[in-house]
Amino acid sequence: MKGTEVWIADGSQTVGPYFRIGLQYLVERAPTLVPGAEGTVTIRGRVLDRDGAAVPDALLEFWGANAEGKYGSVASGTDFPAGFYRVPTDGLGAFEVTVQRPGVSAAGDGRSQAPHFLVLVFMRGLLRHLLTRVYFAGDESNASDPVLQGTPDERRGTLLAQPVVPGSTLMEWNLVLQGADETVFFAW
Amino acid sequence: MSTLNHVTPALEGTQPAYNFPPYVSSVARSPRLPLVLLPETLTERCGPVFGQGLLLPDDNDLTAQQGGDPQGERIYVHGRVLDEDGQPVRGALVEIWQANAAGRYRHKVDTHDAPLDPHFQGAGRALTNDDGYYCFKTIKPGAYPWGNHHNAWRPAHIHFSLFGAGILSRLVTQMYFPGDPLQPLDPIFNSIPDEAARQGLVARLDMERAEPNYALAYAWDIVLRGRSETLFEEARR
Repeated sequence: MKGTEVWIADGSQTVGPYFRIGLQYLVERAPTLVPGAEGTVTIRGRVLDRDGAAVPDALLEFWGANAEGKYGSVASGTDFPAGFYRVPTDGLGAFEVTVQRPGVSAAGDGRSQAPHFLVLVFMRGLLRHLLTRVYFAGDESNASDPVLQGTPDERRGTLLAQPVVPGSTLMEWNLVLQGADETVFFAW
Repeated sequence: MSTLNHVTPALEGTQPAYNFPPYVSSVARSPRLPLVLLPETLTERCGPVFGQGLLLPDDNDLTAQQGGDPQGERIYVHGRVLDEDGQPVRGALVEIWQANAAGRYRHKVDTHDAPLDPHFQGAGRALTNDDGYYCFKTIKPGAYPWGNHHNAWRPAHIHFSLFGAGILSRLVTQMYFPGDPLQPLDPIFNSIPDEAARQGLVARLDMERAEPNYALAYAWDIVLRGRSETLFEEARR
């Protein structure tokens, strides 16, 4: 279908079990943020399959606005994009990533969005990556976020990272691929 | 206040289903509840941009990274990254990884009884130029067995990861080689329902780019979703 008037985007294929060979370098070349540092938040959790088994070979990518709520800038002094984070799960299916906490951002239609990341989920077994979002529980702007409020009431909580203790910048968020507690995933 | 459009789902048949039982590990790792329509906000319309400073000089030459010539058939893999209007995607980050000529990955969970090659790591990356062009020098990967079903073998392939104009252009896929008889037997390759879309993942032998007495070449153009340049809300610093 290439070369015709409408160019059809290429099909996705699984990232497979060996993606660290090609994708781990970016984790190592990214600027590191210290957990607990001013303006940061640390998101940790586990990726779980249908049987509640942890997924030890998943890769997550987080994309969001910077602290001022702007998208697309390059982190100062590097060639690394601000607002982008890549993190694989470990042997126990757990991940932990320290990020700049995004600000309130424009939705593009005059409304604003609560602080959030779009999250891309890759793993062996996924022929095409999944898309979800993570928000921060307790943020008052969540109540008027056009995407969060468009999700089913009973499932909305799956998109909320919870502080380990009230007020903490250490937040927990599990991704559930299938089952009663299945995370909200988006069509794309 | 206007309303936000929803992200347009991919054209029917051009993308694999999440739950595809012939690929056994998809069954327990794919969602069953309905996917939710996603309003296309600035988050979705923008995307990360990577600078040349992230790359090292030999990142696009997989034959020069380990202090000696790797075993196998030396090849070039090259092409253009395009958007859905057929326009070049400039500055697209292209990341690849692959098995060696014997069909073995340099990875601790690969237990296939085939030799590792001390001169082959199997990873490369490049940024496309202003024509959307990328080029890698590597070796042709071997086929290898896997545990999906009895006597399952993956056709030779190179894993590709791409970033385009916006985060929704993101694509992770695999490039295959022309004339490989394992392709019709492979559930991963066959997970894309549309025949033409499936064949879009197969590179073309390119004798014009091949170097006599040195290396064959395969050409593969990649079309990403999306139609616009990366949106910036502020100047790059």
